[in-house]
Amino acid sequence: MDLLLRFIVGGTVVVLFAALGDVLKPKSFAGLFAAAPSVAIATLGLAIVGEGTPYAAVEARSMIVGAAAFFFYAYVCTYVMTRYRAAAGRTAITGLLLWSAMSLTGWFLVLR
Amino acid sequence: MRIKLNLAALKGIHWYEYLLRFLFGGAVTVGTGLLAKKFGPAMGGLFLAFPAIFPAGVTLVQKHECEKKKHRLGIVDHERGRKAAALDARGAAMGSIGLAGFAGSAWLLLTHLGAWSLLAALAAWVALSISAWRISKLRHRFTR
Repeated sequence: MDLLLRFIVGGTVVVLFAALGDVLKPKSFAGLFAAAPSVAIATLGLAIVGEGTPYAAVEARSMIVGAAAFFFYAYVCTYVMTRYRAAAGRTAITGLLLWSAMSLTGWFLVLR
Repeated sequence: MRIKLNLAALKGIHWYEYLLRFLFGGAVTVGTGLLAKKFGPAMGGLFLAFPAIFPAGVTLVQKHECEKKKHRLGIVDHERGRKAAALDARGAAMGSIGLAGFAGSAWLLLTHLGAWSLLAALAAWVALSISAWRISKLRHRFTR
């Protein structure tokens, strides 16, 4: 039941932010919504209710590292799409490996 | 450059594109919760900044830009689609600065304000993302 609630809340918040990004112009501004804290709002909200604020605060602290990895990931995607004329979907999906590697390295160096 | 709201853009988006985002967003939220349970909140928290919308978003931006030109002029212009997707990705990089601000604010405020801290963190995300986007636009204008 908890997982189903998590799924519905997460999916709904993601769709709301995505729809907001779809109706805004110019493109680079709409892109801000691709980095919206949709999963974070859903997860932290549920963590506050279920596990309490100290638990949610630890998650939020780790999220700073994940966000730094997101910055480099999005920049590398921009560069690869512009410089090498790579397809957007393939670049973004392959780039998730970079995000994972950077996040885990950050976790190992700073948070462990 | 002015920011505009174009509600008509929603008409060009198929329902299954939102369904895909819903499923992916739901799956990432569930995955984050499971990771936090198994490895602890310090590891699970990393995935709160997982690029959940980004891959689907840039793919759709590229597809829609190509379709737009094909519909108007009958030309398939992959270059235009790629450029639009790259702009979207640049915007996401600026948004991730706001995302770090969201996380930092939530971390500092959660134990003091409880659930209200999420509102303050959201305000930090909006303020930082828009500021980063404006600065990047100004920088682009002066270095051109």
